[in-house]
Amino acid sequence: MFSKLKKALGGSDEKPKAVDQESVVITEKRENAEPAPAGSKKPRVGYIHLSGCTGDGMSLTENYDILDVVLTDMIDIVYGQTLVDLWEMPEMDLCLIEGSACLQDEHSIKELFEAREKSTLICAFGSCAVNSCFTTYARGGQQAQPKHESFVPISQLIKVDLALPGCPVGPEMIRKTIVALVEGDMTYLQPAMDIASCATACGCDLLTNIIRNGRCTGCGTCALSCQTRAINMIQGRPHKNDARCIKCGSCITMCPRNWLPEEQIKKDIGL
Amino acid sequence: MVLGNYKEAVSARATDKKIMEVAQDGGIVSALLIHAIESGVIEGAVVAQDPADDWAPVPTVATTADEILAAAGTKYSMSPTVFGIKEAVRQFGLEKIGVVATPCQTQGIRKVQAYPFSTRFIGDKIKLVLGIYCMENFPMASLDTFSEAMMDTDLKDVDKMDIGKGKFMIQTGGEEKGIGLKKTHGYEQAGCNICTDYVCEFSDLSTGSVGSPDGWSTVLTRTGAGVDLFKSAVDAGLIETKPMDEVKPGLPLLKKLAKGKKEKNAAEREKRVKMGIPIPTLY
Repeated sequence: MFSKLKKALGGSDEKPKAVDQESVVITEKRENAEPAPAGSKKPRVGYIHLSGCTGDGMSLTENYDILDVVLTDMIDIVYGQTLVDLWEMPEMDLCLIEGSACLQDEHSIKELFEAREKSTLICAFGSCAVNSCFTTYARGGQQAQPKHESFVPISQLIKVDLALPGCPVGPEMIRKTIVALVEGDMTYLQPAMDIASCATACGCDLLTNIIRNGRCTGCGTCALSCQTRAINMIQGRPHKNDARCIKCGSCITMCPRNWLPEEQIKKDIGL
Repeated sequence: MVLGNYKEAVSARATDKKIMEVAQDGGIVSALLIHAIESGVIEGAVVAQDPADDWAPVPTVATTADEILAAAGTKYSMSPTVFGIKEAVRQFGLEKIGVVATPCQTQGIRKVQAYPFSTRFIGDKIKLVLGIYCMENFPMASLDTFSEAMMDTDLKDVDKMDIGKGKFMIQTGGEEKGIGLKKTHGYEQAGCNICTDYVCEFSDLSTGSVGSPDGWSTVLTRTGAGVDLFKSAVDAGLIETKPMDEVKPGLPLLKKLAKGKKEKNAAEREKRVKMGIPIPTLY
């Protein structure tokens, strides 16, 4: 499973085959919906919840129209505290990890390292896992665990293969990613793979990375992307309100002057 | 292709006098938006209006023909139009949205649709992107300089701004003034210098004055949505057309300008890379 992805992560230069647009795939799947045979080769997916608010998991469930297809035909959920009745962590093709890792929480750290050993791919699922997001602001001294104060991006402790920032990451993005994973659409996944090791994205990057490098055109995509409305556009440039920024990195991730998926856009609109 | 992928290129103008009175050129954007709203293709559109009548564009959600007309005409400064889409979705609750966008704004919109990391249920509501040709855009201070310092006219008194025939022109109190485009060089925002899209290649349909006679616009239809809407507007008699090869200066000029922008700004990209300055990563 995920052989193309494995190859790519291992540095293979074999070019991935382009696949149809995900909506087409989904429609086909729905039409051909059959119960998966026992012992099928569906990707084995795990879900681990570290320090976060469960928003990303909830966002996954917002894919109402295809959730049944995803869960019955496309993937097998094999591990997850509230999803699967299982104590021992099994081998997984993909493990979605939501939330940052609390350095003072032995159980979280153990589970994180174990997931890396047992899963072919690790996906930082949502901004807390990607760059610690609002848990960056934690300072400890709270009940019931006053000592819990350092919450780090998971890529600081283990190698992460794929990052899905967003607070929470959007339902459609999760859907597109799952379909691309199942189809082995490397082209689509490349940006998420390239940001997997970046653990620092936040609203400041608009200033230091985009504006300061003469890249901004004031289009407003960052302000649209900001889920806390921390960005005001003033004289054609984003202005970050520090009191509202939760350091999720959505703005810099979505900025078309940071990266632009030209080929995917052409495919999507049929050009 | 220097004009991007397109289905058809025609010269066109709106037939409605009310539109032509306020239009920048052929009134294509206004005519198409009004037609799209009245035929139910969209429920409203995000447009750039200058509510203070000071040429500073503000993204505005227009849901009626009057509101579309109130925003007609080009404003040569930055409008965070993509941000306006959020207002259309979250505040106005629109399910089918049209947008008038420059090439850079269109790139942002298409990226939101392709990679909706943090834009929950927004991209799917954008049903129509009308692109406008764009060479570069100016900060308000630059417009101020052109108008007040170079043409001795208070920005507030300017009735119309236009770029064409090698000039930046203003109309004020029935009088027309202009400065050569050489004088405006260096006043555009730096981000425009690395853009290689002149004709809004990722839009559903793009339009602008270049290539067509005065009072007409050159239209490039690109996607199914763009083709269908344009055909429907022509069939309804809202837009009249002429074949491109029957008008002057025609497509060669448009191609020349599009190619010029690509070459000049590709060179700027290379220059920045050599200096170690990051440019947008393309996938």
